[in-house]
Amino acid sequence: MVHMEYYLIVSTIMMFVGIYGFFTRRNLLAMLISVELILNSVDINFAVFNRFLFPEQLEGFFFSLFAIGISAAETAVAIAIIINIYRNMKNIQVKNLDKMKW
Amino acid sequence: MEYTILILALPFLSFILLGLLGTKLRPGVAGGIGTIVTAAVALLSWWTAFSYFGAGRDGSGVFQTLIPWNTVWLPFGGGLHIDLGIMLDPISVMMLIVISTVSLMVHIYSFGYMKGERGFQRYYSFLSLFTMSMLGLVVATNIFQMYIFWELVGVSSYLLIGFYYTKKEAVAASKKAFIVTRFADLGFLIGILIYGFYTGSFSFTPDAPAIGAAKALLPLALGLMFIGGAGKSAMFPLHIWLPDAMEGPTPVSALIHAATMVVAGVYLVARMFPLFIDYAPGVLHVTAYVGAFTALYAAVVACVQSDIKRVLAFSTISQIGFMIVALGVCTSADPHEGGLGYMASMFHLFTHAMFKALLFLGAGCIIHAVHSNEMSAMGGLRKYMPLTHITFLVACLSIAGIWPLSGFFSKDEILAACFRFSPAMGVLMTFIAGLTAFYMFRLYYSIFWGKENKALHQEHRPHEAPLSMTIPLIFLAAVTLVAGWIPFGHFVSSDGMAYDIHIDWTVASVSLGVAAAGILLATWMYLREDRTVADGLAARFSGLHRAAYHRFYIDEVYQFITHRIIFACISAPVAWFDRHVVDGFMNMLAAVTEKVSWGIRKMQSGYVQRYAIWFLGGALGLVIVLLLAI
Repeated sequence: MVHMEYYLIVSTIMMFVGIYGFFTRRNLLAMLISVELILNSVDINFAVFNRFLFPEQLEGFFFSLFAIGISAAETAVAIAIIINIYRNMKNIQVKNLDKMKW
Repeated sequence: MEYTILILALPFLSFILLGLLGTKLRPGVAGGIGTIVTAAVALLSWWTAFSYFGAGRDGSGVFQTLIPWNTVWLPFGGGLHIDLGIMLDPISVMMLIVISTVSLMVHIYSFGYMKGERGFQRYYSFLSLFTMSMLGLVVATNIFQMYIFWELVGVSSYLLIGFYYTKKEAVAASKKAFIVTRFADLGFLIGILIYGFYTGSFSFTPDAPAIGAAKALLPLALGLMFIGGAGKSAMFPLHIWLPDAMEGPTPVSALIHAATMVVAGVYLVARMFPLFIDYAPGVLHVTAYVGAFTALYAAVVACVQSDIKRVLAFSTISQIGFMIVALGVCTSADPHEGGLGYMASMFHLFTHAMFKALLFLGAGCIIHAVHSNEMSAMGGLRKYMPLTHITFLVACLSIAGIWPLSGFFSKDEILAACFRFSPAMGVLMTFIAGLTAFYMFRLYYSIFWGKENKALHQEHRPHEAPLSMTIPLIFLAAVTLVAGWIPFGHFVSSDGMAYDIHIDWTVASVSLGVAAAGILLATWMYLREDRTVADGLAARFSGLHRAAYHRFYIDEVYQFITHRIIFACISAPVAWFDRHVVDGFMNMLAAVTEKVSWGIRKMQSGYVQRYAIWFLGGALGLVIVLLLAI
């Protein structure tokens, strides 16, 4: 029997890996992957809490499915934006994207 | 008599139609619509009068007051409500005839006078508005409805005085008329509110217990209402707008500033007469003194003016003074005992409306012919415009009070009422009647006889006016000839009973003598080509002449009070406070916000990852705070 804590440790590591990646990656695609890591860690948490604490109910599982669907759509939008940025600026380095200020 | 609602509805519809679609219509069509509607209103008014007076008196010997149409418009609770409706009683029916008849004549006349003017359709639309509001004023069932229409006539007067809105003087005159009358109407409104608050109704005839409660304040309320009436009727010192109002088109002066709107103040006092006579006779007598002074002042000023329309304007002010005096000298509601003035005032209102409209329309023909208002451009015009000459002469004789024209009868009744009040008032008003004869014939001789301005007339030969302008002249002259024989006392009197007018020949012979003296003096001074006598007198009393020519500097006094005292001592500090303290505080708030924003705007760097770090830091901080709190 795998304890609940092990799942939570994995998801916490994923979460902070994602946050670290989001802060440090130079490339927009890498940042997008980091965001996906954060989202997936949260999905794991939902599923784990549902499985161990409220086994007779299904809200947690469905919320995970819901979040996966949303994140798929969100990724599509983000990639579309990134493609447009590339078309306009010929690169997707985040340090060059400072047009939206002041 | 429900059809009387049409008397108000038709001109209103015509106003809407011409106002909205005027520019789409050809001028002739627009004028035709306005004129046909007014003709229908006139026919309806005459029919109303015919059936109202034809229905006869009730058991107690008075004409019943009818309310054929009434609706509660604005209930305030506590039994106080503003109604809109139509009330027919002898004076309102009389006014219906006066207004619709003069209005119809002016509509016809304007076809000729305003031909080819820019805004012809707009002109007819405003005329319809005025006709509707004035008719609404006289048939009002209560004082508040009267006030509403009172303001509407003020607006239409403003619009029509400023009809030539590209002309600077016309714009100034329209503003002056509006502001002065509006200022006076403030008194009227306060009077109405006091009246409504203490009697608990806006009715002209409140119940006896309601009046008992308000007895102490009724004189104040009625006095304040009279201030409104004095503004509209150009009583001294609120008369200053009327001479300037002559900047409007001449038919408008005839309709609004001679025959109908300016007598609204007289009508108001007549409407409140039962209350005045029972509860505020002192205030009523004050109005008599105001009226007498105004009549004298305006008559003196009219003697020296050189603009023919201004002479007529001051003559109007003077004649309205006569009407107010006639009302003011009443001492009881019984016409045999001292209430004669009421009938006399209404009679003079009726006859004056006809002959003064005639004078103004005649003046319009003259101005049309010589393209100037100044007497110096005229003289000797009798050869060129015989019809205008004859009708003008009829009107002049009538206003001078010569038997058997209408003015004689009504003025004689006024003088008789004045003599009954006090001999001094009678003598003063007789003297003013003589002055009236003098200045009217000075005007007449200066236009039609005297020294002709040959140079101008050769360059542009004066011609008789077209038929559309002369027909109203002939009609009004005919009315002026016969109106005096109407047994007016049988229709209108202070107690509602039939009253036989019998001419008091001692008063009448004196007034006839004075009028004849005034006419002869004017003939002697102004008939001939050289005016040595008149010029000699003007030079001899040059100070008086100049003061009278400048209307005794009343306008300058107003100018001084408004500019030097009110503007400089009150308005300027208030404006400073507004600009520096009120606006200053708001400007300070805006300036501080702007400074702070400039200081922190660098935080928006555009780098997403820097924002994310701030976000994470904030989230962690919150978590720590929450953990510590637990």
